[in-house]
Amino acid sequence: MHNAIRMIAGRKVMLAGAAAVMLAAGLATPLLAQRDPAYDAARSSGNIGEKMDGYLGIVGATTPDLKRLVDDINIKRRAVYAARAQENNATLEEYAISAGCQLVLKTVPGEKYQAPDGAWHTRTAEPPVRDPRCG
Amino acid sequence: MRETVLRSRSAGLAILPAIMLAGCINIDAPNEPIVIELNINIRQEVIYRLAEDAASTIEENEDIF
Repeated sequence: MHNAIRMIAGRKVMLAGAAAVMLAAGLATPLLAQRDPAYDAARSSGNIGEKMDGYLGIVGATTPDLKRLVDDINIKRRAVYAARAQENNATLEEYAISAGCQLVLKTVPGEKYQAPDGAWHTRTAEPPVRDPRCG
Repeated sequence: MRETVLRSRSAGLAILPAIMLAGCINIDAPNEPIVIELNINIRQEVIYRLAEDAASTIEENEDIF
């Protein structure tokens, strides 16, 4: 009798687990979505660029639209960095800088990135000027 | 008893110049650049350790990177 109850309980847990996996898969899909067209446009026009610290920055004059765009993405980035940093026993800053190293490297020609001296550079076919800590 | 204290005191005084000399040598060495270099090495190690995880995080969140 007890075993039967246990088996039923076990099945219920398994069903709940399966439902959780399906829900997680459903939630993960929007995360894999492509960039917003406005974000892509701001990147390729050089209005925004990748900073060394793992966040986006406004290159020229700040407009309310650009600020909203950059703030929105940076808040989302920060949340992702924080979660991953915790998982890896690192600080938020350490994780963000590690991502920043790669994000600067991932810029395509024409996009802006921040060099170690703080100046904005336009990415060319050459490797970007990066912090020596990026390795 | 008092003599012992005095003796150990004088022994201490005899060692003192040697300690001070050693101290002088340390002060003359360029301390600061060594400290900065260590700091860079530690951070670089951390950045390196997190690189693989950060790469997959960027890949998995294409819309915000």
